[in-house]
Amino acid sequence: MSAKFATENQLAKSLKDQFKNKIKEEYVESNRIKISTSPENLKNLAIAVKELGFEQVMSQGGTDYPENNVYRIEYHIICVSKKKLRSIIFSIMTEIPKDKPEIETLIDVFPSAEFHEQETFENFGITFIGHPRMERLLLPEDWNDIPPLRKDYILPGRG
Amino acid sequence: MQNAGMNIEDKGGDKLVLHVGPQHPGSGHFRLIITVDGDYIVGAKPDPGYVHRGAEKMAEYRDYIQNIPHLERPVIIDATGVTLPYVLAAEKIIDVEAPERAQYIRMIMAELNRVISHLYWLGIYGIFLGHSTMFMWPMGDRELFIDLAESIGGTRVTFSYVVPGGVRNDMPTHFKERALKTFDYFEKRIEEYKKIFFNNPIMTARTESIGIMSQADAIKLGITGSNLRAAGIDSDTRKDEPYCLYDRVDFEIPTRKEGDSYARCIVRLEELQQSMNIIKQVLDLIEPGPIKQVIGGVMRGEPGEAFVRTEAARGTMFYHIVSNGEKYPYRVKISVPSFRNLIGMTHLLVGSKLADMPAIYWSLDYWPVEADR
Amino acid sequence: MVNDPTLNLLVGKISDILDTTIEKNVREPIRFLVNWGRLYSLWPVHLETACCSIEFGAASGPRHDIERFGMLEAFGSLRQCDVLVVQGTVTRKMAPRMKWVYEQMPEPKWVIAMGACAISGGLYMDSYNVLQGVDKIVPVDVYIPGCPPRPETLIQGIIELQNKIRKSKV
Repeated sequence: MSAKFATENQLAKSLKDQFKNKIKEEYVESNRIKISTSPENLKNLAIAVKELGFEQVMSQGGTDYPENNVYRIEYHIICVSKKKLRSIIFSIMTEIPKDKPEIETLIDVFPSAEFHEQETFENFGITFIGHPRMERLLLPEDWNDIPPLRKDYILPGRG
Repeated sequence: MQNAGMNIEDKGGDKLVLHVGPQHPGSGHFRLIITVDGDYIVGAKPDPGYVHRGAEKMAEYRDYIQNIPHLERPVIIDATGVTLPYVLAAEKIIDVEAPERAQYIRMIMAELNRVISHLYWLGIYGIFLGHSTMFMWPMGDRELFIDLAESIGGTRVTFSYVVPGGVRNDMPTHFKERALKTFDYFEKRIEEYKKIFFNNPIMTARTESIGIMSQADAIKLGITGSNLRAAGIDSDTRKDEPYCLYDRVDFEIPTRKEGDSYARCIVRLEELQQSMNIIKQVLDLIEPGPIKQVIGGVMRGEPGEAFVRTEAARGTMFYHIVSNGEKYPYRVKISVPSFRNLIGMTHLLVGSKLADMPAIYWSLDYWPVEADR
Repeated sequence: MVNDPTLNLLVGKISDILDTTIEKNVREPIRFLVNWGRLYSLWPVHLETACCSIEFGAASGPRHDIERFGMLEAFGSLRQCDVLVVQGTVTRKMAPRMKWVYEQMPEPKWVIAMGACAISGGLYMDSYNVLQGVDKIVPVDVYIPGCPPRPETLIQGIIELQNKIRKSKV
């Protein structure tokens, strides 16, 4: 543990003390912290991150890993009001199985995640339980193919 | 098709549902479904996606260089602002670093693009408030900045100028004199803008205390960019997490406490001045040197990921690139400021008058093409 | 006495002469007048479909000033418009709306496909949500290439459209 990333390490450590072995530190580097957890624990982790002072979801997205049969869901959370934390992007992630793509929504913790979750829903078919509007946002109303950002969706003309 | 365009639906009682857009002089390529009760808006539901072109999926089928032109298209008013974070993230993955001169030229282009984008916004805001002079003046002055950017980048708007490892070509020799001449002229114009538009009682009556976004709401809803600064938070990625060489220049972050439409306008006007100050300092700092680190062969990244955010004209632009060591990126996630500001629109419109809708809508500088990607 | 074949010939000649006279002295001036009236007051529909709308805006600005050439600025209702400028990419969500806008415009009407995306899909040739060329939905009169076309190119496209209108039948 270098003294270089003192704030980052301190933040990661305080979470590790709180959650013990329920979370796994992916990496801590300059201005970037990434922590993974299990799907059922994600909400508790988000609440803890919010208590550390992080306020809004800057980005939320998914990635498809067909060989592991999982979707990885990531929330990138930032702070805008406190000068000390502004440079840090706090990423929390979890992996959910592809055959049961469901996870609890975080919009009651971070209201700013609303449209991001809706976008992930239509791009991957992941249902966020408790989200008030699990409906189409960007795709056309008559879209009846598989969700486009899954790896098994091949772009027309590229097959 | 059912529900395909502009239509009016009677909800019974005094309530009426209006569809604004997607063909509407104001909305652009975006639909807003609003419920009105008399003069007041009681419900607003945005319906984006009319320009959704699937940039994130397309990026998985192109290599790191081929991705630049199509990732630039969502915001061609701010072409450097949108490609810069992508290139910075790609550089982290390919593990190259641009030379110092290239970093400075990137800053010049990014700031020129910010001015070009803000002037376009100002021109359209003039139309929204029925002030045609304020369309003509910024559109005319914008051409001067386009000329400057064109002399570096080669085209009017879509430069594709920033590439992994540096920039495409060097600046022309007499750029400094031309730029300073343009800035001298434009600084005088800003005063005239204030006289005719920003201090105009008709304009202030239509924007002051209209669409107030409180500081707490701005933080909670994830508002970004000038809209956040107009709510009193001096957050700017150029200062918070300096990229390129922004830590070597000195500039201010304009803020306002009011959080209304007028505050959002005046913050953008002051940012024009700050952008010109940055370019002036960079032109003094810049020294001759290489502009590109040549990368031989096809760019291949190490397996891993990179997050980069920069301050584009509309707010924080964020890229998350996942690489598995192949020629093509495994996943490119783009989080654009307009998409994040969309939630603020719903929040601001509910409770305001229907006649204030144009003043609120465009004061957020929502660019539908960017939001849809 | 005039025999029958000669009479037929004479009648045919007279009808020919009358036709040419009417064509030359009546129809042609009317055609010219009507086309001239349409030529220099083209109202575009403000249908922004994608990013080319920026260059359309710049063309209405003071430097390029498209009004000099008889293309008015994009204001007003689509029931008074006669040119549909498709400003860029048309997505699957936008396509039915664009068709509807076209159907609501009064005759005569013309369509300009502005930019590579509107012509053939352009850069988005493999996208899952982009229409590969608007001429599959609406009849296009003038294609303006570019990504995006410069305002000068747009003006040239307008002049081409005016040439087409000048030659059109009434």
